[in-house]
Amino acid sequence: MTPAAPPHTYDVTAVRADFPILAREVNGKPLVYLDNAATTQRPEAVVNAIADFYRTSNSNVHRGVHRLSQEATELFEAARTTMARFLGADTHEIVFTRGTTEGINLVAAAYGRANVGAGDEIVVSRMEHHANIVPWQLLCEQTGARLRVAPITDDGALDMDALAGLIGERTKIVAVGHISNALGTINPIQEIARLAHAVGAIIVVDGAQGAPHGHVDVRALDVDFYALSGHKMYGPTGIGVVYGRKTLLDAMPPWQGGGDMIRSVTFEKTTYNDAPFRFEAGTPNIAGAIGLAAAADYLRDVGLDAIAAHEAALLEYGTAQLAKVEGLRMIGTAPHKAGVLGFVLEGIHPHDIGTILDSEGVAVRTGHHCAQPVMERFGVPATARASLGLYNTPAEIDALVAALTKVREVFA
Amino acid sequence: MSELRELYNDVILGHTKKPRNFGPLEDATATAVGYNPLCGDKFVVRMKIEDERIVDIRFEGDGCSISKASASVMTETLKGKTLEEAKELGVVFRDLATGQLEGTDRLDDLGKMAVFSGVSEFPVRVKCATLAWHTMDAAMAGKDEISTE
Repeated sequence: MTPAAPPHTYDVTAVRADFPILAREVNGKPLVYLDNAATTQRPEAVVNAIADFYRTSNSNVHRGVHRLSQEATELFEAARTTMARFLGADTHEIVFTRGTTEGINLVAAAYGRANVGAGDEIVVSRMEHHANIVPWQLLCEQTGARLRVAPITDDGALDMDALAGLIGERTKIVAVGHISNALGTINPIQEIARLAHAVGAIIVVDGAQGAPHGHVDVRALDVDFYALSGHKMYGPTGIGVVYGRKTLLDAMPPWQGGGDMIRSVTFEKTTYNDAPFRFEAGTPNIAGAIGLAAAADYLRDVGLDAIAAHEAALLEYGTAQLAKVEGLRMIGTAPHKAGVLGFVLEGIHPHDIGTILDSEGVAVRTGHHCAQPVMERFGVPATARASLGLYNTPAEIDALVAALTKVREVFA
Repeated sequence: MSELRELYNDVILGHTKKPRNFGPLEDATATAVGYNPLCGDKFVVRMKIEDERIVDIRFEGDGCSISKASASVMTETLKGKTLEEAKELGVVFRDLATGQLEGTDRLDDLGKMAVFSGVSEFPVRVKCATLAWHTMDAAMAGKDEISTE
């Protein structure tokens, strides 16, 4: 996540040309797309990979002996290998899912129900997205385990001392986000992994915001599970992966039953397939997986370190420019941050900000960002959030600031 | 910008800054909480109903300018109205906010509610404008809480 290359080596104009949607207008103004933490746009390479699959090789996978089915299977399994390389994992440690939410639910259901019991504890942080809270609450209801919540500091960083105090011999799972979608905080995953492993617990990482914004190496991070979504990393919606450490995946029971996840079925006894296929019941999102792999290839080609450096420079510029807007309060000012600019304007509701920014062509998210405990922590019902992607420019930050001036004019 | 000015007109902004009938109502006989989980807007509408008539109505809570102004205008509109009239006005307001009154003669007799005619150009804000009215309906129907999404 640390910037490695100077931003001037990065050709943002060329990058923007890869994304056809960025050329469109909204309300007669050039689109300024600053809602990347909700979903990113797709480069031509991803759109083409999906279209090409449907045009030339569409078939079901792992089934037919015919040529199209072989081609589809090869492309689908090659996508798994691409995602393994993207995360520094082995191919059989990659399970395809619908997205991060399903990845976390998979771990909670398959690993959790087999390994968590009454009196055990699951530790999460206050800054988690609902997708990294509710699956654990469900697991606690089912098993009698207890959910412990690590607090966050006033600037939106994880309170590491408090977290260390919460992790103890009862802890079975520590589940944290790599990067907070509402605050932008980058969490020290390696350190949290050490704390979890020291007591024999596992660490599950919500990587939805982590994967698109810098190089992720699950071995270096030493995490047990890492879930991500395709659409947050310039790939399609409805597809994601969860990395699982091989020894853990191999020992986990299935969580959904159906085709593809079995070896043989009789009414007397059904035997299950090996990991990762054991966790992929039913026909998968084949075109989505191929599109996701194209997105991973695209990010590798642009350079994940260069992307991180570009976004870090943009975050610094955006933070400085927004600080000049009268009555603006940033929500989320941790020292280690990714490209999320969450804020409120004094006396103006975020929804009104969102509507007026839209009239200027500027797309931001307003609301609680599926992180209601974070909103409560900062005493706001909602925030406006500009979230940066690899194609954003300083000029777009200027457009945001100019549009915010308009917001203040309307409410003057 | 003109559609935006129609939405954020001076009357609406005035009600946002100084909402009417804002605060508690001690002797309320009907109360409901309206909540929009999508944006966190939350209002309590309290009414004092005597002989099928709303003799007093007040609201409290927080939300965007559209939802707050709408609640404010609603309380002004409904004070003194019968429950039957309040129900009918609720239907009229929802039709107004969703653009269904355009080109009809029902546009003529909207009173203060007319300032919300710009909402129909902003479909995602219709729920903001109608939250208080849904809450009032719930209070009349004896429900404690409604949620829109």
